[in-house]
Amino acid sequence: MKIKLAKEDIESSKIQLIERVSGEEMRRCYQCGKCSAGCPVSFAMELPPSQVMRFLQLGRVDEVMKANSMWTCVGCLQCYARCPQGVSVAAVLEALRQIVLRKGTDHERIKDVPFPFMKSAPQQAIVCGFRKFVS
Amino acid sequence: MPRIGVFVCQCGNNIAATVDTKKVAEEMAKLPGVVYTTDYKFMCSSPGQEMLKKAIIDNKLDGVIVSACSPHMHEKTFRKASEAAGLNPYRCEITNIREQCSWVHHDKTKKTGTIKSTDLTRMVIERLKRNRPLTKIKIPVRKKALVIGGGIAGIQAALDIAEGGREVILVEKEPSIGGNMARLSETFPTMDCSQCILTPKMVEAELNERITLYTYSEVEKVDGYIGNFTVQIRKKARYVDEALCTGCGECIEKCPFKAESQFEVGLTKRKIIYTPFPQSVPNVPVIDAPNCPKIQKDKCGACAIVCGPKCIDFKQQDRIETVDVGAIIVATGYQNMANERFGEYGYGRIKDVISGMQFERLASSSGPTGGEIRRPSDGKIPKSVVFIQCVGSRDEKKGVSYCSKVCCMYTAKHTMLYSHKVHDGQSYVFYMDIRSGGKRYEEFVRKAIEHDHAMYLRGRVSRVYEKDGKVIVQGADTLSGSQVEIEADMVVLATAIVSRDGADTLAQKLGIGYDKYRFYNEYHPKLKPVETVTAGIFLAGTCMGPMDIPESVAQGSAAASKALALFSADEMTRKPVTALVNRATCNACWDCLTACPYTAIEREDVRNRQGETIRWLARVNEGVCQGCGVCVAACRSKSIDLRGYTDEQVFAAINAF
Ligand SMILES: Cc1cc2nc3c(=O)[nH]c(=O)nc-3n(C[C@H](O)[C@H](O)[C@H](O)COP(=O)(O)OP(=O)(O)OC[C@H]3O[C@@H](n4cnc5c(N)ncnc54)[C@H](O)[C@@H]3O)c2cc1C
Ligand code: SF4
Ligand code: SF4
Ligand code: SF4
Ligand code: SF4
Repeated sequence: MKIKLAKEDIESSKIQLIERVSGEEMRRCYQCGKCSAGCPVSFAMELPPSQVMRFLQLGRVDEVMKANSMWTCVGCLQCYARCPQGVSVAAVLEALRQIVLRKGTDHERIKDVPFPFMKSAPQQAIVCGFRKFVS
Repeated sequence: MPRIGVFVCQCGNNIAATVDTKKVAEEMAKLPGVVYTTDYKFMCSSPGQEMLKKAIIDNKLDGVIVSACSPHMHEKTFRKASEAAGLNPYRCEITNIREQCSWVHHDKTKKTGTIKSTDLTRMVIERLKRNRPLTKIKIPVRKKALVIGGGIAGIQAALDIAEGGREVILVEKEPSIGGNMARLSETFPTMDCSQCILTPKMVEAELNERITLYTYSEVEKVDGYIGNFTVQIRKKARYVDEALCTGCGECIEKCPFKAESQFEVGLTKRKIIYTPFPQSVPNVPVIDAPNCPKIQKDKCGACAIVCGPKCIDFKQQDRIETVDVGAIIVATGYQNMANERFGEYGYGRIKDVISGMQFERLASSSGPTGGEIRRPSDGKIPKSVVFIQCVGSRDEKKGVSYCSKVCCMYTAKHTMLYSHKVHDGQSYVFYMDIRSGGKRYEEFVRKAIEHDHAMYLRGRVSRVYEKDGKVIVQGADTLSGSQVEIEADMVVLATAIVSRDGADTLAQKLGIGYDKYRFYNEYHPKLKPVETVTAGIFLAGTCMGPMDIPESVAQGSAAASKALALFSADEMTRKPVTALVNRATCNACWDCLTACPYTAIEREDVRNRQGETIRWLARVNEGVCQGCGVCVAACRSKSIDLRGYTDEQVFAAINAF
């Protein structure tokens, strides 16, 4: 992958929006990788938490938006608990989800969820899932 | 008959595990001349030493052997104890039965270890029987120091020695002292202005009555040894009389010609008659002779006409002065590797690719742009600056394998200075690792990134080229696994710190060691960090390897304290193990003279009453002789012996085996 880098990329309005919604500053992350090391679903993410941070530092928002990371995150906050710089990748991923969902585009549609699954899954999981995937 | 005592140490279990120390003591007691033997758990302990002293007195011993560890460990201890009991310390000898016996034997029956210890001890007894009492050599010490190099390390050393009440000669090859630090803008990690903290020290060095400055001077020749060096200093022709010049600067004003300023790293020009920078110490101009038309072809002479006190002398010649000093401190500093060496970065080809030192001058309020960051090509303020670290450093193939240690820090500093001066600018840093070990250093780098918004990219740059008035930098960011292209207005190279041109020649004059990069070698990297193998010569600052200002200053002070310690007594004592020429048999073939690695052998002419030379003899300078014994092996007429290790003693030891 080849990228062109300029001040406009690093400080684009998209990045500023993510920083505002999440309350996190991208440049605080020093790429130690501890978040990716501990994240229980890191293995399933197309961009593990620390990579999400790096891509955002470089202004590569579109690639992060396309990746499954934000939807795979289970919100356990382990990344935040462990980060030596006090960065919450969880908050950043939540911000990304919010940015998508606030446009009214659902990530999952309730009617697509199979009925037997709805019946067997714990109620709390279903509520949380709707909160996370649905606008 | 001699009265020898033998003390065999068990060293806890270190020796006793494989050597029957009691048996060794018993065996030795059977030898003629041995009147007292014993073994003991720890001879070096206080009770052990007391026992040794008591035995010497009680048994009227005239020689003792301690069979224990290597003489490197406790020879001093036991010789001191013997001396305290009234024995000549050189009548105490050590047999090494630990490193050279017990530690290398695994025979738990103790058979082989005991036999070897017995043999070794017996040999040393025979050597001891032929030991003559020796007296320590006393050498007078000249309480004056020479400091070579007037950068921050050398200035600090000179100031500290002067503070300690001793005289110092400070030799600097440039027209002013100050070194590289005088060029810096602000300094990490506290960001104080370099000139503001350096110039008071420079002035102090100039005004201190115990410090004599020799600027625009170089060391020509060094003779002698610790406490007694004789040094020739070449005072290069300045063409301006230092004693008369008032520093008015009229001459500089009127000089019609210019040449590139080395102090400004080529960013601007200076007059042919010049001081390197406004706060130069001494504030006396020099004429750049190769570029002066008056000196070259007798045209011009404007400076001499305007000079009020008439101190310009176009005929001035270099002068050689000889000084006598007791200690030498070498603080000749560093230079930066040639930037042109790395074609891929375009230095020299692309005007807006500059070096870190040039950036320092751009950022300095006394620099060519008055502290505004303006690029060299068109004087515009660059809005996007790329900094490239590790240029030449950590590059085994084309550069040097070591880390230059300061560039991570000064690059972070540069990004800060840049963001403070160009608010809408963006800086990028290509780095391999960020090395910020030091008090408040890591916090400093984080501040550059988080507060001053420097964009750090982990990777090297492979290509820098020009396109439509922009400098395109093509590098990598390994953290995201991508190739990165940046359109820059200016590029700054953090070029490797290397030793000075000529560092090796100076080392050869001084007789000190240097590594393959021509950085000077300390005696011991941990325990003797400012000493050299040559006694009386000390090191300070970046002539030893890359380091920052705090470290250079600490070393300057450390070297000064070593010199002051040397000056604390009128005489210094040395071990009397030196070579001795037999004047009856020496035939002056001078083989010893060529063989001696310390140049300790001199030619002595023996004269008759009329003052005519009747013959020549080799003579050993005891102040210089290190007792290595090379001359003994070289002498064909067997006319040199080493005190304490005479041929007679060595053969007696061998025969006792
Ligand atoms: C771009 C850059 C920025 C830096 N910024 C910082 C910073 O912000 N903070 C910091 O702590 N460090 C900084 N450093 C490091 C700092 O420059 C050095 O640590 C310091 O200057 C070393 O001082 P020194 O006395 O050892 O050597 P030098 O300053 O090199 O002084 C040596 C002196 O000896 C003289 N000399 C050399 N050979 C002879 C000879 N044969 N006879 C007589 N005289 C001789 C030279 O002319 C010179 O005056 C920076 C370095 C660079 C390259
Ligand atoms: S909050 Fe999300 S990103 Fe962070 S550790 Fe948990 S699952 Fe991973
Ligand atoms: S743990 Fe924190 S600093 Fe480390 S990579 Fe993750 S977000 Fe960045
Ligand atoms: S004589 Fe040389 S130094 Fe003097 S003014 Fe002329 S060019 Fe300058
Ligand atoms: S200090 Fe930093 S930039 Fe300089 S050589 Fe070492 S790692 Fe490279």
